[in-house]
Amino acid sequence: MAVTARRPAVGAQIAVDPRMRKLYLRRQAALFGLLLPALLLLLVLFVYPILRLLVTSVYDQGIISLEHYRRIVEVDVYLRVMRTTFTIALQVTAICLVLGYPLAYFLSTLRARTARLLLILVLIPFWTSILVRTYAWMVLLQRQGVVNRWLLELGLIDEPLRMMYNRIGVLVGMVHVLLPFMVLPAFAVMRGIDRDLIRAAQNLGATPLQAFLRIFFPLSLPGVAAGSLLVFILALGFFITPALMGGRTEIMIAQLMEDQIRTQLNFPFAAALGTVLLAVTLVIFVIYNRLLGLDKIFGGDVS
Amino acid sequence: MTAQPAAQPRTRPVAERQARPPRFAFSWSRVLLAVLCGLVLLFLIAPVVIVIPMSFSAAKYLSFPPPGFSLQWYENFFNRSDWTSAMIQSIRVAFTVMILATVLGIMASLALVRGNFPGKDLINAVIVSPLIVPTIIVAIAIYGIYARLHLVQTFFGLVLAHTVLALPYVIVNVTATLRGFDIRLEQAAQNLGANPLQTFRYVTLPLIAPGIFAGAVFAFIASFDELIVALFIAGAQGRTLPMRMFEGLRLEIDPTIASVSSMLITFSVLVLLSAELVRRRGRTEA
Repeated sequence: MAVTARRPAVGAQIAVDPRMRKLYLRRQAALFGLLLPALLLLLVLFVYPILRLLVTSVYDQGIISLEHYRRIVEVDVYLRVMRTTFTIALQVTAICLVLGYPLAYFLSTLRARTARLLLILVLIPFWTSILVRTYAWMVLLQRQGVVNRWLLELGLIDEPLRMMYNRIGVLVGMVHVLLPFMVLPAFAVMRGIDRDLIRAAQNLGATPLQAFLRIFFPLSLPGVAAGSLLVFILALGFFITPALMGGRTEIMIAQLMEDQIRTQLNFPFAAALGTVLLAVTLVIFVIYNRLLGLDKIFGGDVS
Repeated sequence: MTAQPAAQPRTRPVAERQARPPRFAFSWSRVLLAVLCGLVLLFLIAPVVIVIPMSFSAAKYLSFPPPGFSLQWYENFFNRSDWTSAMIQSIRVAFTVMILATVLGIMASLALVRGNFPGKDLINAVIVSPLIVPTIIVAIAIYGIYARLHLVQTFFGLVLAHTVLALPYVIVNVTATLRGFDIRLEQAAQNLGANPLQTFRYVTLPLIAPGIFAGAVFAFIASFDELIVALFIAGAQGRTLPMRMFEGLRLEIDPTIASVSSMLITFSVLVLLSAELVRRRGRTEA
């Protein structure tokens, strides 16, 4: 996206000669024509439906009203769903940070070849269907599951632990899905940090810990912040893991939306929930864009 | 002209210097870090690995380690039409989405990288936003208009919806390769008499092929693994594999899923390996 900033200079130069200008404009029109099909698809099946969703959310039986939003904040059940969603998203982000930072740091200190090899262990789950991974965790964590069986055989517990259909199951499953989204951007930024700076700090008398805390850590923050925001955004809208591994009493916003449409047939209320989720996501996303830029998200750089 | 050197990836020298990081002296803190990271990597990979031996289990219930070898879950999968038809439907949808998203994506990428028109930044933002907007929102929004367009429960409707989700992957990958590409090669071809189509076919396309391949693979997987949009608009007739798996996990855990899962894991490992090979080839040629 940085490239766009330099283009006007070329355009201005061409503008001097009218014939060149005509050729230039014709080329630009042709290029815009190439963009049209994709743009049209997105306008009809993405932008318009979402705008319509926003409009639907402020109508109640044909008149403009904030009734649906009032229900979200005033009805206890819905308020609890909101709270649960944010709490789970925060917890998942925190766990991903604690597990992901050391891993990204460690990988960034290895030789490029070794790091690539170990990175495969992060990328294989990343490329595997969420349903497959959720299934694996269900097998591992259920009452007669692998983990409980082994813990019982080792004599560490007397009766099976409840690790599924509750918060633990949701957190484990979600962290497993989202951890690569923390590790990959953090690793990409850490790998770019010039290690000579660390050496310089140490030559100037810093201990390894001081050099890490005052030089490496601040330089790694853009990657970590980007990873955290990405994990948080994705966690807020999670559906599959909480639907399969969560408890019946503790549901997240995406599950509530699905339920409102598929069983309650209350589209406007689901639209209001969607609007809240979208608003939060977009605010975080603007912060993300300021920190690292849009194109870094799923760029092929780390894969 | 000034734009040319800047268009080259600027991180190269740093990356090369990092290729041989300083050797670390042995220290207990580093051993501790390595052990911790080993555990995190184990956490990531173990669930994926454990599914494969389980799919060959001779037991009627899920158990690990499996008591004996059997292909019963694979037999179960291939003998039941609800599973195989879901698999075929998913492949059909994902393949069509891949073609559609790749063609539209290449065209849009050329326009976004080479073009200069008002509102380009806004268009860029719109194009990548399906990656950021939670899928559940896209799902209910599309569901909202599909009812009126009579596209609910149609193959075409699902393909179009999935293309919206897959398109950004193609565009992100293709624009990345287009930006790191020397435009003078195209200019040279045109000076030598090639028309724009020939230039694209013989110069641009081979050079951006690795980006197209990566984008196409992403697009296929984005559709093949997609559950939430399909759940709303596909309907029982056009049930996809993720939908069938979701059903198989929701009420009780159907062990047939172990065999599907193993096949999907093998598939994703193969995809990862081929992407790596293409990336390497792309690098040695460049």
